[in-house]
Amino acid sequence: MLRLKDIRVEFPGKSGSVQAVRGASLEVGDGEVYGIVGTSGAGKSTLLRTANLLTRPTAGEVWLDGTELTALPERELRAQRRRIGMVFQHFNLASSRTVHDNVALPLRAAGVPEATIRQRVPELLSLVGLSDKEFAKPGKLSGGQKQRVGIARALSTEPSVLLCDEPTSALDLESTEAILDLLTEVNRRLGVTILAISHELSVIKRLCHRVAVMTEGEIVEENAVYDLFSRPQHQFTKELVERSLDLELPERVRANSPGTLLRLVYLGENAETPILSQAVRELGVHINILHGHIEYIDDRPLGVLVVALEGTDAALTRTIIFLKGRVARLEVLRHA
Amino acid sequence: MLDIDPSVLLPDLGKALWETGLMSGISLVTALLLGLPLGFLLHLTRRGQLLQNRPLNLLVGALINFVRSLPYVILLILVLPLAGILTGTTTGPISASVSLSVACIVFYARLVEVSLSEVDRGVVEAAISTGASHWLVVREVLLPEAFPGLVRGFTVTAISLIGYSAMAGVVGGGGVGFLAINYGYYRYETGVMLVTVAVLVLIVQAIQGIGDRAAARIERFR
Repeated sequence: MLRLKDIRVEFPGKSGSVQAVRGASLEVGDGEVYGIVGTSGAGKSTLLRTANLLTRPTAGEVWLDGTELTALPERELRAQRRRIGMVFQHFNLASSRTVHDNVALPLRAAGVPEATIRQRVPELLSLVGLSDKEFAKPGKLSGGQKQRVGIARALSTEPSVLLCDEPTSALDLESTEAILDLLTEVNRRLGVTILAISHELSVIKRLCHRVAVMTEGEIVEENAVYDLFSRPQHQFTKELVERSLDLELPERVRANSPGTLLRLVYLGENAETPILSQAVRELGVHINILHGHIEYIDDRPLGVLVVALEGTDAALTRTIIFLKGRVARLEVLRHA
Repeated sequence: MLDIDPSVLLPDLGKALWETGLMSGISLVTALLLGLPLGFLLHLTRRGQLLQNRPLNLLVGALINFVRSLPYVILLILVLPLAGILTGTTTGPISASVSLSVACIVFYARLVEVSLSEVDRGVVEAAISTGASHWLVVREVLLPEAFPGLVRGFTVTAISLIGYSAMAGVVGGGGVGFLAINYGYYRYETGVMLVTVAVLVLIVQAIQGIGDRAAARIERFR
């Protein structure tokens, strides 16, 4: 288990010190994929870097299983760092060395004999699907391939935790998908615990089980990914989720649609039952679906619909009460 | 006036070339042996680097700046007693090599520092995150990543050295520069001076050419 406790990080700035992280705590269970999401400058990268003490926190403790990393002398810290792999946004491969040498670096740091390294590196490269590039220089690889090398390097000492600092933010859409699949596979097959940060909720949604939302150096909300999407609490989270679900109604559609505008959020099973057709049949209203979106997070459906209702005032009121009892959330965007 | 007597010039030129080669060789080797580590020390003791140590960094930096701010001729004279102790003489190319070495060490150290500071910080961090020791980070990342820059810096050092060595000639160091000044300038033998200058131009061109090629070759294999 990886535990960050009351982490504070201050950097000396031009006018006094800048507080990048203001007392953040989190716990990542064994085998869990934990995400931190936030805008750039929220301090999430700084927080992540305290997990292996690339950045030393001004205050707070970092625990890996039963060991407090923040209390270790340099030499023992190095040994513990072998249990924590790290993947970087810009890959951070040594351009002068071959793929083999890059992947071998952590093994050499751990004092593994060269004969074992020669055997282990090809295994790692085949795990990330880059067997044919062992003796290529990173400059000859695509972004996605470079990140695969980065992941192979991070996994070479068989760490129990993998830290991912915006692992897909420098990649195109296709490579992003492939890298997220690879990380998911690493988590499932090798049981590696993952702590990842991203400014994109879509990345967190694909990859993580649990997520913390960070803004201005603080964690403002933490939840299972599905629950965060379905019931965002903090205003900042709501905006993030909104943007991620992309449910802005075009102004023209909004103006041209008569009636009462509702936004309905469905969760779990009721996303699969025909509530709307039931309302039309039994309550005497017309329902026009303007916008809709259903996605599956952890195999659980999350649906959002924007609908226009038309009918008598009494029918409208009845319908709203009927729907309220059957959907997770109902918002009246505009009254008729 | 432009008469050049090859039977006089050639033996002198040969001797001068040997002396220049000797002075440059000794100085470049010491620049490599001492300037390179000094450059690493300068870089690594900077803020945020592996061996962060502000007092040491300031001290070494100030020392290097002091030596570099001395005009070479002054440095030459200041170092003469040291040269006497180290080499047993204060004249000749071996003795002149001492002051040349001092100049080259500090010059190259600064160039090494610049090359190292251009290495992508993220790559160094990635190495640190794997639990690598400082020595391994230097050997596996900093040194290979900065290598083309280190080669270019070495080329620049070698060329400045040719210029310095001409001045060393003034106080009896010998060498091609000495030939140009004493025969060409003081004795008004313009022909000799032109030949020696031409030789110096060729040497500098050759060093730059070799250095550029070496650096380009290293970079191509990335």
